[in-house]
Amino acid sequence: MASMRDIKRRKSSIQSTQQITKAMKLVSTVKLQKAKLHAEQTGPYFNHMYQTVTSILARSGSINHPYLQKGQSDKIAVVVITSNRGLAGGYNSNVTKLILNNEDLLPKDRVEIYGIGHKGLETLARRGYQIKEDHSQIMDNPTYADAAAVCERVLKEFTDGQIGEIYLAYTHFKNTVSHEPKLLKLLPVEFSEEELSQADSRLIMNYEPNESEALDLIIPKYVTSIFYGALVEALASENGARMQAMDSATSNAEDMISDLSLKYNRARQSSITQELTEIIAGAEAIS
Amino acid sequence: MAEESRNFQVEIITPERIFYTGEASMIEFTSVEGEMGVYKNHIPLTTVLAPGIVTITEDGGQKKAAVHAGFAEILGDKVTLLAEIAEWPDEIDFDRAEAARERAKARIENKQDSGIDMIRAELALRKALVRISLK
Repeated sequence: MASMRDIKRRKSSIQSTQQITKAMKLVSTVKLQKAKLHAEQTGPYFNHMYQTVTSILARSGSINHPYLQKGQSDKIAVVVITSNRGLAGGYNSNVTKLILNNEDLLPKDRVEIYGIGHKGLETLARRGYQIKEDHSQIMDNPTYADAAAVCERVLKEFTDGQIGEIYLAYTHFKNTVSHEPKLLKLLPVEFSEEELSQADSRLIMNYEPNESEALDLIIPKYVTSIFYGALVEALASENGARMQAMDSATSNAEDMISDLSLKYNRARQSSITQELTEIIAGAEAIS
Repeated sequence: MAEESRNFQVEIITPERIFYTGEASMIEFTSVEGEMGVYKNHIPLTTVLAPGIVTITEDGGQKKAAVHAGFAEILGDKVTLLAEIAEWPDEIDFDRAEAARERAKARIENKQDSGIDMIRAELALRKALVRISLK
């Protein structure tokens, strides 16, 4: 059996770890609230954008527009949103798994990674993916202007014919406890028949300038809004994931401490018993 | 029968927040085709916004705001502006706008930059001028 001093040392070490995880949990709870609010506020903008784009496409049907067709190049750009910091449970690896386990859709030699978040980038770089650009700094405080700047770069590659498709890998924030890693096709824009039939096409809408020019201007904004929404949701998910990870770490530490306390008390009791036995035996020997 | 209200719903939404929502009798803004004013029962129209001032005429008076980039969706009884950036006059940093105007002007006068930078500088100048005009 471990000595009393060893147990005590181990217990106090776990206690201080527990204090850290507790504090981190509190911090990420506060951050989560903030990020959640932010994510909710971007909702209306995105929903309107979605409605507008689907209704344009539903009405104009088979419009011949570069944003609606696969590019010439067979390169695929993947924008990966992960976190800059770890200790968030499976958050980062769930996102990178989307890419690593999707070799059919995203063959390694054709994929170019546009990364946001150090953690995901490190994993992908180690697996031999080509990292095109790193915009990790925007994850600290994502603004619409940042999202627009990154989007503009990726869209330019697309319109220049350098890449044929654009995908987005991020974590969808369902609610505080449930986050779902998602792989989304940004360009070419594709909607299912179902989505288009649900679009509000009863109204006869006019476009100024004409539909194709309006699409030209609106689709980049649509893509940017999806991307910005994804950034904000990813931030909320990151903090949610970290909160959960830290919560379970804290309760695990609690279990370990109670286990060690029991062992410590037993060790103490047995040392007292042993001492007593020795004294009694010594006293008997003298008398 | 009471006279039908001349007011309609106006919403201005930016990615960061719902900027404005309320009832107005008229809204004026700048589209890429030029300035336009919208009353109730306008024909349905979707148009792309250019940097400019949005004037909302409410029952109590007028409200002005600077709006840069985005598009407007006009339905008979509702106008929705999806703007990338929207600011009330009291939110604008005029010193910064002045600085941006000077910078953009200098860049346009130098004219050595390539085409894309030129377009950017012109856009920046227009944004700065819109902001300053609200002072």
